[in-house]
Amino acid sequence: MLRFLLGRISLIIPTFVGVTFLAFLLIHLVPGDPIEARVGEHGISQERLDELRHEFGYDQPMWKQFLTYELDVVRGDFGVSVVTREPVIKEFLTLFPATIELSIAAIVFAMLIGLPLGVIAAVKRGSAFDYGLMGMSVTGASMPIFWWGLMMILIFSVTLGITPVSGRISDAFFIEPWSGFMTIDCFWAEDEGACTSAWSHLVLPMVVLGTIPLAIIARMTRSSMLEVLNEDYVRTARAKGLSGNRVVIVHALRNALIPVVTVIGLSVSGLLGGAILTETIFSWPGVGHWLVESIARRDYPVLQTGTLLIAVLVILVNLGVDLLYGFLNPRIRR
Amino acid sequence: MRFRGAGIGALAVAGLWHYHCSPDRAGSSGGVTRQKGFIHMTKKAIATACAVALVAFTGTAFLGSAQAKTLVYCSEGSPENFNPMLSYTGTSFDAQRPIYSQLTGFEYGGTAVVPNLAEKWEVSADGLTFTFHLRKNVKFHSSKTFKPTRNFNADDVLFSFERQWKKENPYFKVSGGGYDYFTDMDMPKLLKSIDKVDDYTVRFVLNEPNAPFVANLAMDFASIQSKEYADALLKAGKPELIDQEPIGTGPFEFVQYVKDATIRFKAFAPYFGAKPKIDTLVFSINKDPAVRVAKLKANECQVSFGPRPADLPGLKADKNLTVMSQAGLNIGYIGMNTKKKPFDDVRVRKAMTMVIDQKAILEAVYQGSGQPAKNLIPPTMWSYNDKTPAYKMDIAGAKKLLAEAGYPDGFETDLWAMPVQRPYNPDARRIAELVQADLAKVGVKAKIVSYEWGDYRKRVQAGEHQMAELGWTGDNGDPDNFFVPLAACSSKNTAQWCDKEFDDLVTKAVKSANLAERTKLYQQAQEVMNKQSPYFFIAHSLVHLPMRATVTGFKMSPFGAHRFDIVDVK
Repeated sequence: MLRFLLGRISLIIPTFVGVTFLAFLLIHLVPGDPIEARVGEHGISQERLDELRHEFGYDQPMWKQFLTYELDVVRGDFGVSVVTREPVIKEFLTLFPATIELSIAAIVFAMLIGLPLGVIAAVKRGSAFDYGLMGMSVTGASMPIFWWGLMMILIFSVTLGITPVSGRISDAFFIEPWSGFMTIDCFWAEDEGACTSAWSHLVLPMVVLGTIPLAIIARMTRSSMLEVLNEDYVRTARAKGLSGNRVVIVHALRNALIPVVTVIGLSVSGLLGGAILTETIFSWPGVGHWLVESIARRDYPVLQTGTLLIAVLVILVNLGVDLLYGFLNPRIRR
Repeated sequence: MRFRGAGIGALAVAGLWHYHCSPDRAGSSGGVTRQKGFIHMTKKAIATACAVALVAFTGTAFLGSAQAKTLVYCSEGSPENFNPMLSYTGTSFDAQRPIYSQLTGFEYGGTAVVPNLAEKWEVSADGLTFTFHLRKNVKFHSSKTFKPTRNFNADDVLFSFERQWKKENPYFKVSGGGYDYFTDMDMPKLLKSIDKVDDYTVRFVLNEPNAPFVANLAMDFASIQSKEYADALLKAGKPELIDQEPIGTGPFEFVQYVKDATIRFKAFAPYFGAKPKIDTLVFSINKDPAVRVAKLKANECQVSFGPRPADLPGLKADKNLTVMSQAGLNIGYIGMNTKKKPFDDVRVRKAMTMVIDQKAILEAVYQGSGQPAKNLIPPTMWSYNDKTPAYKMDIAGAKKLLAEAGYPDGFETDLWAMPVQRPYNPDARRIAELVQADLAKVGVKAKIVSYEWGDYRKRVQAGEHQMAELGWTGDNGDPDNFFVPLAACSSKNTAQWCDKEFDDLVTKAVKSANLAERTKLYQQAQEVMNKQSPYFFIAHSLVHLPMRATVTGFKMSPFGAHRFDIVDVK
């Protein structure tokens, strides 16, 4: 187990170098630089341009810039945003809880709905419910997030008026960030109703972001369950006279979960990709939002560090999934 | 404070939840100044656990109640910082404006210069010395860490300008320095000295007469910061906080900025001007225009930043909303490079203005959000010359002019289009395509060219193009701010145009303090420009601002600024 863990962790270093290199290369290949991107019709004097380029080291050759960046990262210095002049790591930590809050809510939503639906569809294989669900899950998995988000806002927020349009909490509330999770920090608001507001703001983005994973989880659970339900040990359990529910939930589902967990783990990286769109639609102040904005501004330090930190996160989640996989399936725990 | 969340399902759990987790138990209802003791932390831990347990729930009832009078403005982006000296976007200036005041100001909804922190001022006969008499008993805001002990005085004025001007000022390099607007408005070249005559009198001496100078001082970059606060922060070793936890003398105090989400201000009771009618001002940051519209319709914000032209009919039809519109202080144009063939010939340039279908561009691209242009300055600006003839389509006339110039069969040219949307030009590429089709009618083959925005501007300034789209948004409401950067010999203008007659007129105008004389000179300059046609003027774009019908007293600014100190909500 320890060797397995060490092996996985040692992979992080080359991944880290690869990711930083790619992030660096790609953003530098895009024409324009952060200094010029911010200048309007007034233009900028050559003197000032040179001064700023020198300050941020953009007058150095590319390989030297990359090396300096790598060394800085190793030393724990993630740079300063060209636009706001704030340390990138500080901005990341301010915004990251919002992304995590949304992602956790979405994945929990997807599992809570997707798993039971998949199980029911497998048990009632061939029924109208099964066909209906599978049809819906194809639709769900291929839903364009942008369209879906705006439709949800139009229906639930504008027409029916039961959910708020965007943001993390009503602007009427003054919240002092403590954990960064609005659903927790709302408890310290002075006005009543802050938490209701925070939780209700979470509903639509959670559903929108959770839709694709939900569809995938439901499908995966169904097919995995179907496979397991035909296994000999399930037939044995039934033959022993165990109740139908007990067989399905205790004997079949636990084994069927193994591939499902992998899918959930993999969908975390997809979730972060979806979070970028969801955050933009719902004005959810997370890292996705921040990175998209930084592309237009060519804010190199933000883009490089943001990409790096998200990559590290995805690697860690995948590691966690591998460990969980070992826990669920003792056969591979060696 | 009570918890009023509506849980779905699991009533028993909800009961337990309510017992253990209602905030009355989980945490005190303290505000900003809470003590962080052990008990408090334990309560937080309980609340955290409770909240995690709540993940299974989805609250559906949306209750947002505000006791104080709050106005929420749906803004379009996050500010770079909270110091207008360092900023360069309207988005940032909007977010900073509630906090600061300047020596002079713009009248609400107009471009006229009015007293602000300076009660009055005198200009010497030679136009070189400006003496400002400062308002007394003006209070600065407080921040979390600082309480001012004295009122605003001349030291604050000196500090605010020297920070941007003098390299030896300890704040010159703070927050990266780089005072773009100060430089763009030519302040380093204009200023000879700034002296404190006494605590409430400041004297500015210029190197040359400059009529728009007083208007420059009303611009955001000329905001006044507190020297006392600056000194205290320097002593504490945290000078950069002056730009992050700002204090000023403006109508609203800064309360909180949640990055990419909200900016919160509260009305400043001792404000020297008319006291704001709202208690709390919130900027809700929403980058997506469709979401801003939805929020406005749901009354989650009461005023919203400019919508897309396509959303306008829907907004206008909604009886709960009002849409204000105003011609922006801007111009979108196509510059013809007068240093390159064939545009060095005025006949060719004239011919181009006769074949481009301005009306079609306004309909297809501006979609009702543009006003046809015929002069460089917009019609709302003083000295606008309405006698200038508007463009008239005349294909036969254009062909004749081209033949006279030696191009009976037309010619080949490039036509540059910006890669980005600008306030004065919603879609440069689409305009280029329309113009390309128009030019083909007289045998002119135009090739559309584009570069990355920074590169584009640089190449156009260097005059690499033959025809190029570009434009301008005004800064201080003075015609000089259009004529000099866009058409004077000293500028790297898009037409690479340098006309002695025009140049003499605008140079004379900026040095004169007589408004009637200046008006006449600028009107003459517009005539010269029309005859020489270095540009094809496309449009002045209209700025729209939708708001709830309950909002009263709002006036749009010709500068595109959003001001909320006079506004009320019913």
